[in-house]
Amino acid sequence: MKPRHRKLALIAAVVAALGLAVVLVLNAFNSNLVFFFSPTQVANGEAPTARAFRIGGLVEEGSIKREKDGLTTRFVVTDTARTIPVIYTGILPDLFKEGKGVVAEGRLGSDGLFAASQVLAKHDENYMPPEAAHAIEQAQKAQQTVVE
Amino acid sequence: MKRWLPLVLFLVLVGFFAKGLFLNPREVPSPFIGRTAPAFTLPLVGDANASFAPADMKGKVWLLNVWAPWCVSCRREHPVLMQIARSGRVPIVGLNWKDKEREAEALLERTGSPYVAVPDDLDGRVGINYGVTGTPETYLIDRAGIVRMKHVGPISNEVWQKRFDPKLRELGL
Amino acid sequence: MIPELGHFALIVALLLALTQAILPLYGAQRGDFTLMAVARPAAQGQFVFVLLAFVCLAWSFLNNDFSVLNVAKNSFSQLPEIYRLTATWGSHEGSLLLWVLILAFWSTAVSVFSRHLPEDMAARVIGVMGLISVGFLAFLLITSNPFERLLPAAMDGNDMNPLLQDWGMIIHPPMLYMGYVGFAVAFAFAIAALLSGKMDVAWARWSRPWTTVAWAFLTLGIVLGSWWAYRELGWGGWWFWDPTENASFMPWIAGTALIHSLAVTEKRGAFKAWTVLLALTAFSLSLLGTFLVRSGVLSSVHAFATDPARGAFILGFLAVVIGGSLALYAWRAPKMVTGSGFTWFSRESLLLANNVILIAALGSVLLGTLYPLFMDAMGLGKISVGPPYFNAVFVPLMAPALFLMGIGPLARWKEASLPDIATRMKWALGVAVAVAILLPLTLDGFKPWASLGFFLAAWIALAVLVAFADRLKHGQGGLLQKLSALPRGFWGMQLAHFGIAVGVAGIAVVANYATERDVRMDVNSYAELDGYTFTFRGTTGHDGPNYRAVRGTVEVSKNGKLMATLHPEKRVYNASGMAMTEAAVRPVVFSDLYVAMGEQLDEQGAWTVRLFHKPFINWLWLGALLMVVGGFMAAADKRYRIALRRSEVPKHVAAQGA
Repeated sequence: MKPRHRKLALIAAVVAALGLAVVLVLNAFNSNLVFFFSPTQVANGEAPTARAFRIGGLVEEGSIKREKDGLTTRFVVTDTARTIPVIYTGILPDLFKEGKGVVAEGRLGSDGLFAASQVLAKHDENYMPPEAAHAIEQAQKAQQTVVE
Repeated sequence: MKRWLPLVLFLVLVGFFAKGLFLNPREVPSPFIGRTAPAFTLPLVGDANASFAPADMKGKVWLLNVWAPWCVSCRREHPVLMQIARSGRVPIVGLNWKDKEREAEALLERTGSPYVAVPDDLDGRVGINYGVTGTPETYLIDRAGIVRMKHVGPISNEVWQKRFDPKLRELGL
Repeated sequence: MIPELGHFALIVALLLALTQAILPLYGAQRGDFTLMAVARPAAQGQFVFVLLAFVCLAWSFLNNDFSVLNVAKNSFSQLPEIYRLTATWGSHEGSLLLWVLILAFWSTAVSVFSRHLPEDMAARVIGVMGLISVGFLAFLLITSNPFERLLPAAMDGNDMNPLLQDWGMIIHPPMLYMGYVGFAVAFAFAIAALLSGKMDVAWARWSRPWTTVAWAFLTLGIVLGSWWAYRELGWGGWWFWDPTENASFMPWIAGTALIHSLAVTEKRGAFKAWTVLLALTAFSLSLLGTFLVRSGVLSSVHAFATDPARGAFILGFLAVVIGGSLALYAWRAPKMVTGSGFTWFSRESLLLANNVILIAALGSVLLGTLYPLFMDAMGLGKISVGPPYFNAVFVPLMAPALFLMGIGPLARWKEASLPDIATRMKWALGVAVAVAILLPLTLDGFKPWASLGFFLAAWIALAVLVAFADRLKHGQGGLLQKLSALPRGFWGMQLAHFGIAVGVAGIAVVANYATERDVRMDVNSYAELDGYTFTFRGTTGHDGPNYRAVRGTVEVSKNGKLMATLHPEKRVYNASGMAMTEAAVRPVVFSDLYVAMGEQLDEQGAWTVRLFHKPFINWLWLGALLMVVGGFMAAADKRYRIALRRSEVPKHVAAQGA
């Protein structure tokens, strides 16, 4: 092949591969990006009902209730302003505790119950997941504005 | 000019990283700055019958230092806090955060206490209301009970000179 | 005193690194052999002092010196001795010191094994590595001093993170860093070539074994990390597409592209500029990985030192090193002349396709990893990009690359014949298709992705077979004689490719046919999973050196025959009060039986328990190990050593001829 042809072939190959990659990426982004909402945003109806998203905040004290099968757990996530009831079936991470930060991924039911498919573990007792911290900070800010 | 492309792409990336660093969640300014410090009432370490509330400090400039006996960084700032306490310039209240092992009283007896009061935030609720993400954190609160600044991490002599000293001067101390 | 000695040793090492960087680079530019000669002793001296610092830190950990902040934060008097030693690199500061130590080690290795290089080339390579050492030593001393004192001393330490108390974590970081930092050698060679303007086949031959060894170490490091996550996190997963994992995977992809592109440059003199760019990219991504993990820019489950000051330092360093090298590339690359031509179907073109696909895959991983940061920086909300994205993009992209892997090694350089290869691989294609259709039937039903995986695995494995058959047709002697006469480079490549086949087969099975159940188990009750019966025999108390545990007993039987007795644990660590699940994993033939305990449910001793059956997961580890062995073997090929011996004598001639 002549250098010029080779260059053309090269460009064609690169364009084809990148094109495929771009198509795959866009397609995957469309269906697989997970957005984050705070309990206040969910309470204000900002969260989607059709797709999965993440919530974050604190597990409210005294809210963890285990059902008879031992595997289904109900608890309430709060950002200190608003709350969301959550239901989860399965084994919870070691560091899931009342009064601690939590991030859960799942879908919001029409009854306002958040069905979590995943409750995220954190690896350190004294570290708050940034998403949970963010939700609480936002809620605090909003509350202060209302009070004044 | 395609050979410059890698460099250009990289520089764009660096721009985003710089922005990302700035956005670091630990550095987000506290929403309380310029606002009233959240109220609470907690029992005191060593005397569960007595209690502390921010309202008790009305009319004084004071520091709210969130610490815990299990926190190593807090031990680092302890000598600095002792110096501040000895200087008598500003009183320090030490919010004892999530001390499940109940070690605070013994520890302060051993090392000396820089605090005028040590409210006992056993379940960490008050700390969370203040937006504490980790210990130590220190809030500077003025005579009207308004938070004037927040410092995340241990206070060193340098931090004290650079951040706290100018604010205290502003407040006439 | 010992910590101060370590601190002092680090300062000396920084001075030596400065010497190692400045004098040889200046000397090489001026053609001054006296200055160039400084490179080797300076690099070796730097290594000695960094090693001394490392030993001092290890000593402080072993002797529980809680007056050292780093020790007080990351160790504990009850911690077993082996973990006290590994806690040395369990913290941010300590792991950076390990990084610097390994960089100094690689520099010293280059200084020893570079006798055959022209003096100016060796001086430049070692000098560039010295520059990187300067950056990292300064980073340690300015922002992350591992020897910082804590006065008054703590009574006891905060303990090492329990998750890290595992022997997979003992060797994972050193191996990973051997890989990460090993790419610094390829990087230094590339910079030296750009500086000297001499970009020839000899350059590719010199840097090739270094790159291959670094790649093998990185492979080992990544697979150890994956193995650790699999056993220790208690979720049965082996890859989470977590930013920290991606941070190590991206240099690996670039490194894989680089070793293939280097092959073309060495054999055919083509792709020169591209190879140089890849060498720069592989190490840049190693640095980027360090930045992402250390700075807290991306919130990841195990990013352990979030400190903006440190992040700012690394970002600045990153900008200088990567930005500088890319600018140098843009300035010097046009000087490189293209090698001989090749046709659209040849080994070159197939390797080119491999590179293009790998880079596209790299781009998609990079995008997925950084996208949350972009969104956040633009104020468009907080999002997370999870495994579904990566699986949806990465798997379809890699499938064609894996298919081409079967053909590439069979194709001739310059011009290959498609009909010829088609004839040779016809039966392989048939067998692979048959495997893809029939194998799923013996498992739990037909699944398209599993079938694709089986097809590709069989295809690659058969191609390896064909390649060996071709080589053995010629030559004399018995089979063993012929096999041992094959060059190690050939063995290494085929072994690594075979490892990919084994790994892909393992992934295809475990990703599609693994089963899991979360169940409530009363004492002496049982649960079924994939034909195995798990019987829970209750729990007993059990105290470890630095934790208290509840240990369960689970008997697993198949068709009434006892296969294994498993002992999962729930631990609470004394110092941190942190609870941790210690899963019990037991291989049975090719499958793993995996049990993790959840929570105690009642006074009668009922627990929630998570049961897994992970078929063929072992093939994943086995495949990766084959790749590692293949890498080391290829790097040990005779021709690199012949080149070494031949060029020992006419050093100056070589310098002129190169």
